[in-house]
Order: sequence, then structure tokens, then C-alpha cells
Amino acid sequence: MAKEYDVVVIGSGPAGYVAAIRCAQLGFSTACVEKWLDNEGQTVFGGTCLNVGCIPSKALLDTSHKFAEAQHHFEAHGIKTSKVSIDVPAMIARKAKVVSQLTGGIKGLFKANKVDGLAGTGRVTGAKEVTVTAHDGGIDVLHAKHIIIACGSVPIEIPPTPIDKDMIVDSTGALDFMEVPKRLGVIGAGVIGLELGSVWARLGSKVTVLEALDDFLPMVDRQIARESAKIFTKQGLDIKLGARVTASTVSSQAKVPVVQVQYTDADGEQEGIFDKLIVAVGRRPSTENVLDKSVGVELDDRGYIKVNEQCATTIPDIYAVGDAVRGPMLAHKGMEEGVMVAERLANKKTQVNYDLIPSVIYTHPEVAWVGKNEEQLQAEGVEYTVGTFPFIASGRALAAADADGLVKLLADAKTDRILGCHIVGASAADLLQQVVIAMEFSASAEDIGLTMFSHPSLSEAVHEAALAANGHAIHIGNRKKR
Amino acid sequence: MTIEIKAPTLPESVPDGTIATWHKNVGDSVNRDELLVDIETDKVVIEVVSPADGTLCSIVKKTGDTIVSNEAIGAIDEHAVQSTGTEDTKSASATTSSSEISDGKSGAQDNTAEAGPQTSPELLISPAARKLLQEHSLSPDAIDGSGKGGRITKEDVLARLDLNESPTAPVTPSSGGRIEERVPMSRLRAKVAERLLDASQSTAMLTTFNEVNMKPIMDLRHKYKDLFEHTHNGTRLGFMSFFVRSCVEALKKFPAVNASIDGNDIVYHGYQDIGVAVSSPRGLVVPVLRNADHMGMAAIEQRISEFGEKARDGKLGINEMTGGTFTISNGGVFGSLLSTPILNPPQTAILGMHKIQDRPMAINGEIKILPMMYLALSYDHRMIDGKEAVQFLVTVKDFLEDPSRIVLEI
Repeated sequence: MAKEYDVVVIGSGPAGYVAAIRCAQLGFSTACVEKWLDNEGQTVFGGTCLNVGCIPSKALLDTSHKFAEAQHHFEAHGIKTSKVSIDVPAMIARKAKVVSQLTGGIKGLFKANKVDGLAGTGRVTGAKEVTVTAHDGGIDVLHAKHIIIACGSVPIEIPPTPIDKDMIVDSTGALDFMEVPKRLGVIGAGVIGLELGSVWARLGSKVTVLEALDDFLPMVDRQIARESAKIFTKQGLDIKLGARVTASTVSSQAKVPVVQVQYTDADGEQEGIFDKLIVAVGRRPSTENVLDKSVGVELDDRGYIKVNEQCATTIPDIYAVGDAVRGPMLAHKGMEEGVMVAERLANKKTQVNYDLIPSVIYTHPEVAWVGKNEEQLQAEGVEYTVGTFPFIASGRALAAADADGLVKLLADAKTDRILGCHIVGASAADLLQQVVIAMEFSASAEDIGLTMFSHPSLSEAVHEAALAANGHAIHIGNRKKR
Repeated sequence: MTIEIKAPTLPESVPDGTIATWHKNVGDSVNRDELLVDIETDKVVIEVVSPADGTLCSIVKKTGDTIVSNEAIGAIDEHAVQSTGTEDTKSASATTSSSEISDGKSGAQDNTAEAGPQTSPELLISPAARKLLQEHSLSPDAIDGSGKGGRITKEDVLARLDLNESPTAPVTPSSGGRIEERVPMSRLRAKVAERLLDASQSTAMLTTFNEVNMKPIMDLRHKYKDLFEHTHNGTRLGFMSFFVRSCVEALKKFPAVNASIDGNDIVYHGYQDIGVAVSSPRGLVVPVLRNADHMGMAAIEQRISEFGEKARDGKLGINEMTGGTFTISNGGVFGSLLSTPILNPPQTAILGMHKIQDRPMAINGEIKILPMMYLALSYDHRMIDGKEAVQFLVTVKDFLEDPSRIVLEI
């Protein structure tokens, strides 16, 4: 006998669990199907983000940051320590505890909101039907008035470097090393590659990042990308651009197991020898097994489920959100899509603003951006003003001995409306958020200039950058108008 | 935002210029491209127009002051346009941004901020918009908010101010009795007049004439008009390219016609920079086709077309108008049958083109109606002998009557 729900959500990652909770809040009877099992074989919610993505990586980033501070930066403050060392298993255990706290939290939220969290692999087998296959093989058929597919994404593998979960790992494996690899290779200088590379570099690995593209962080404003590259290189990351990996050999049986990587760059064929290799070349939607073809939901040629601006698929009452659909693969984008679908089911006119999705790289310093960058504005022929403020001129940053980077604000030359903001620096994500809010209210650079900011705070850099866009920053010289 | 008004980039041969006339006073509202000031050099009078809409808020270089390339001569306060629309003799300028000028007159209007619009839900107006509204004594009710929840943004107020702006009414003098209007010569016209006088007084100028059968060119144009346009991205095949190319080839054969006088020296140029006289709303201007020898027909037509547009819009640059080793002037477009063009010093010759008119011509004992054009070559007899001038003009005529000779270089 089939169970009836108003809404069945497949997947409990950020897009799925948020959609489920919001649906339940709006009065819909809601189930959320999750296939993930932890190391003990227990069902855990939260998807990639909580289990092997956002959260564990941030936990390791914070631990490794504290280690690096203690090792290299305490002395300047006059703090004396004896040799600082890292207990990697302890670090990993703490990370696991954080993850478990949060996945447990989702369980609690489901209970509190009366969302039925169901264990098993969900699959859309009819326009109003989801079939759940339990881990012991049992089949459950659910009838749903509305279906929300939030099945997420998986890391992309490349043929030259097949994942063996030992010497060659993906991001999941990189979060579970039990000792600091002496030489660490990272394929891909994107967000994930840089974050994971940072973690182990701070703990003592000699890290080489192999990036196939000739440009570093091409989606980021060029000035910010250049500044970030300088900082990361200073931190010890050896970033090789234009380096395409062609082959690899794992000799795990040898006395000292290593991975040999062959790659070509501008100078020809090269070789790198590493103790561990992380493949971080991107992620792809994991939609192969979530839909019966007969249902008629269309996928595009890269496997994303085709949806409109409100995340409706080609079949009525079936929606898809998060990494399974078009757009940046960011947890917060998936979350807001989940909310949008839930609220629209309740006849609200919620709409995700796809133009103001902030992006962050959680290295230290962080890199964060929203809106248009200079290159995009130039290509569009838009006249704009620029205001920049380097953290070296910020009292707060200097006091903290953490003054790398800058805030850059772009505004329309005619209307002064803020068009974009790009930051590299400590707490960039939090500073950027202020501008994201301002941009949601169509703020002009002058609006931020007229707002009072606490002193001494890092946020003042945002204030000064806004003043600079109008040619009258106080704490830094202003560029003469061209 | 304050925008600097800068003197234009002067060409290498011109070390400095003089402020001749300011057409606007401090406090006057100006529109983009409106004439602000005339700068005189010994070659040309340069007209400087406003880079933006706003108010002239400062004059750094006064009439008679010497200026150099790109020097700041004044400043415009963008957007600070008087909403009353008349010239403000009190010369108080409202500033929209907080970039103050040294005398610190921000928002020093009679209707001051304290009477500013009382807004009940002030949350609906962004800080910058609020400031602008008060500075311009605008009521928020007059404005549609485009921001979230109907909020009035800075953009909304700026857009409203753009609408409010009205240009200042020009003043035209007139006197009683029989109608007479006295208008001082524009600086440009005065300068042009001076140079023309100079040309006819300091050179031994005279004109030699000839006539050319335009039928071969017209046939050629008729035959290849469409193909030319199609091949050359819409550039039309006119007459000027034929004239320019013919002159260029003739100038190669008669270098004296391409030369200039510099003091006691004759400078023979190893290149042909052909000036093409163009009529503009401000008067006659002569932009130059540089290295015309290296330009193909399409390139010439394209460039001349560009010159025409730029002249209309007043956007010809100094570099485009100086130099030139020979000039072509076309009076025919206005209907002139025959004329004696005046030299363009320091050049030693100028070719005048005229109207193409069907005339009966005697060809091999027969009367044929042919489209004929009179050519006039004015030249400096100090430099060019009569024989050279006549032969040059005949050569030009030969090329025009048989364009294949241009290709064959004969």
C-alpha cells in the first residue's frame, strides 16, 4: 500500500533538507528520502555538504589555520611556544564530531518540523510516484502530489588518474588522510583544489597544484585573482598553470608508495612525484539513476535536469533543485531554490535572484565575490567606477597582523548603482555579505558611503571602498579622475 | 562628480595655445557637447566642448592665459543642473556628491535643507536618495521608487533630475528701425578669415583650368557600384576616391606641387597627405588623408565618409586637421560650375572640383553630349612654374578620364 505525501523530496543535502523543512513549515505533509550511510552504516542527512563537503572542509581549514598561526605567526606577537605539532587523527576526529553534530541537527529539525526522513535510494517512477529501495532491498512506493529532486552531484573523475581511494583520492578522500602527506599533488586549482591544498600545505605538505587552464581563477575579477595567486604562492602552494595531466602510475607496492604523474605544460612533458594525489577537477550532477525515462523529465546533455527560473521541470509537479540543475554548484543556491519551490507550492511569489549569488573560497585569506567584475563590465560596454581599499590601510587588519588583500567595489558610472564587489582578505565572505544585502536593495556606492560603520572593524574597508568609488576615500589616496 | 575640463592634446609642432574666449561663466549650466571655450594656436582655433551635462563650477585658465597640452582649464560639476533652468547669476552651484570645491558651497541654495521633504516612512528612501531629494528640494511623492518594495533609490532621483533639466534660452540682439543683426565673428571664422587673407597676400597665387570628361568614371561606377559596396562592407564608391588616387599619382610625377614652403626652404614631401575640404556646421574644415598613397579606393571612401560624420558632430581631432601636402576642394556639391580655390598654406597647390554638367563636346568631328567637370588648380607661382601646373592638371585629367592608367601607373 503506497504512502501518500503532499511533497516527497529526494536527497537531504542543503537543497533537499531546506526544501523539506520549508514545505513542512508551510503545512505540507513531507517526506525526504536519503541514501547516505555513514561509516557505521547509519543513515545520515545533510548530503555532500554536511558529510564530505562544506562542513568537514571548513573544520579542517580552521584547524590547519590555527596550526599555521601557531607555527609561523605567534612569534611576531611575542607569544613563545615550543615546537608545535599536529595530531592528524585527532584533527580528523574533531572534524567527524562537527559533522555528526550537524547531521544530527538535521535529524532533529526533521523531527521538529514533522518531516518524514526515509532511508533508501529514491527514484521517480511516475509523475506522482517515488519508489524507495531500502538498503536491505525492500521496496516502498510513495505517492506524492509534488516531487522535488535534490539528488546532488559527485566529483568528476578523469581517465589519467582513476580514484583508488588510497593514493589517488577525490575531495572525500582528501578529508580523511591519517597523516600529513610529504608531497601532495592536487589536480585542479579551483575552489576545492585550493581549499584542500591549503589545509595540507599548512600542516606541512609540499603542495603542487596542477591546473590545465592558462588562467588562475578565470571566473574571478582579474585583479583579485592576481592578488590571490601572489598570496597563495607566498604561502607555499606551487600552482602550475597550463599543466594538463596525461598519465599516472601508482606504485603502492613499492617500499615507499608514490604516485607518479605525467603532465604537459608550455615547456613540454613533465613529471611529478607525490605521496598522495587529490583529483579536484570539478563536479557533475548525479542524475543517472533518479528518474525513470518513462516519466519524461528532460535532462540536458551534461546530465543536469532541465528546469525553468522557478525550478520546475518539463513535467508538471516535478521540481529539481541544487547541484542537479543549472547554475553555480553552491549550497546556498540550492538552499534558496529549495525555499523557492516550497513557497511557490504555497502560492507565494518567491523568486531566487540568480544575479546576486555570492561565491566564496574559504582559504585564508578568503576570496569572495558577487555581481559583475571589471572584465564583464568592459565586455558589456558598461561605464563604471572602481573603488578599492587594501587591508594594509585598515587599522583593524594591521592590529590583527592579518592585512593581506583588498576590497574592490564597482559601481555604474552614471547612476552609482553597485554592480559588483570582489574581496580577498580575512573574513571576505562576511564582509561581502554586507554588499550583497545592499545590492538586493539596489544600493548606490554613495548609500554605503553615507552609512556609519563601526571602528575599528574590517567592515570599514567596505565603507572606504565605496567612498573610493566616488573619489573621496578618507584613509587612502584617491585616484585622479581619468 | 567633478569632471576636469582639459585643453586638448596639441600636435608636436604646436607648443602652446591661448584661451581666446570662454563662452560660459562659472555657475552656468552646460550640456554635453555644448561649446565652452575657444583656444587659439597659430595653426587653428580649437573649440572645446563640455564633456558632460552639469554646471561649470570653476575656470582655472582665463581669457588670454597660455595653456599647454592637456592642461586643466576648468571643471564641470556633473548633474548639478539648476532645476529652475535659468542662468544663476549668484553662481552658487549645487553639488550632488560630497566632493566639495574649496569654497565649500555644498547645497548653498536659497531653499535650504531644513525645509526639506518630510518623509513619513523614511525607510523607503535610500540614504543617497534622501540627500539628493533635499539638495534639490524634490518631494519623494514625485518619484516612483524602483527599488525593493517601492524604495526610492539614488538612481530614481537622478533620473528625475535629468528630466527636470531645461537648457538656457539663448539671447539674440536686435535693434529697431530696419532689421539688422550684429553678430560677432566666431573665433574659428575669424581665424579662417585671417588665414585666407594671408594666403592671397603672401603667395603669388593664380589658377589654371581644365575640363574632364567624367563618363569613364561614371560608367565604371555604374558597372561596379553594387559589387564594390558588397565587397567593401557597405562603403559606397563615390567620386572622391578617383580624384584622390589621380591626384596622388600626379603628385608623384610633379613633386613641386606636393611641396611646402617653410621660411626660405622648399620642403619636398616623400608622401602624399591629401586634405579633403568638408563643410561642417561650424564652417569649412579640412581633415587630412594621411599617406593617401597607401590607401585603396575603399579605404579612401570610408575615411572621407568618417570625416563627414565627425565634421557634422564636431568631433574632428587636431591631429586629423593639421598637416596635409595638397588639398582637394569640391564646390560642385553646392552647384559651382567654375571657381578659383584659395591655397591652404603652407601647401603650394589646391585642386577645385566642380559640378558635373552635360555639355556638347566636339569629339573627332562629332558632337557628343558628355558629362563634363571643370577642374581648377590654384597654385603658388613662387614655387610652381606655369608649365608644371598646367601639366600636373592635364595629368590629373588623364588619370580621371582613363582610370586604368592609375592601375598601370602610366
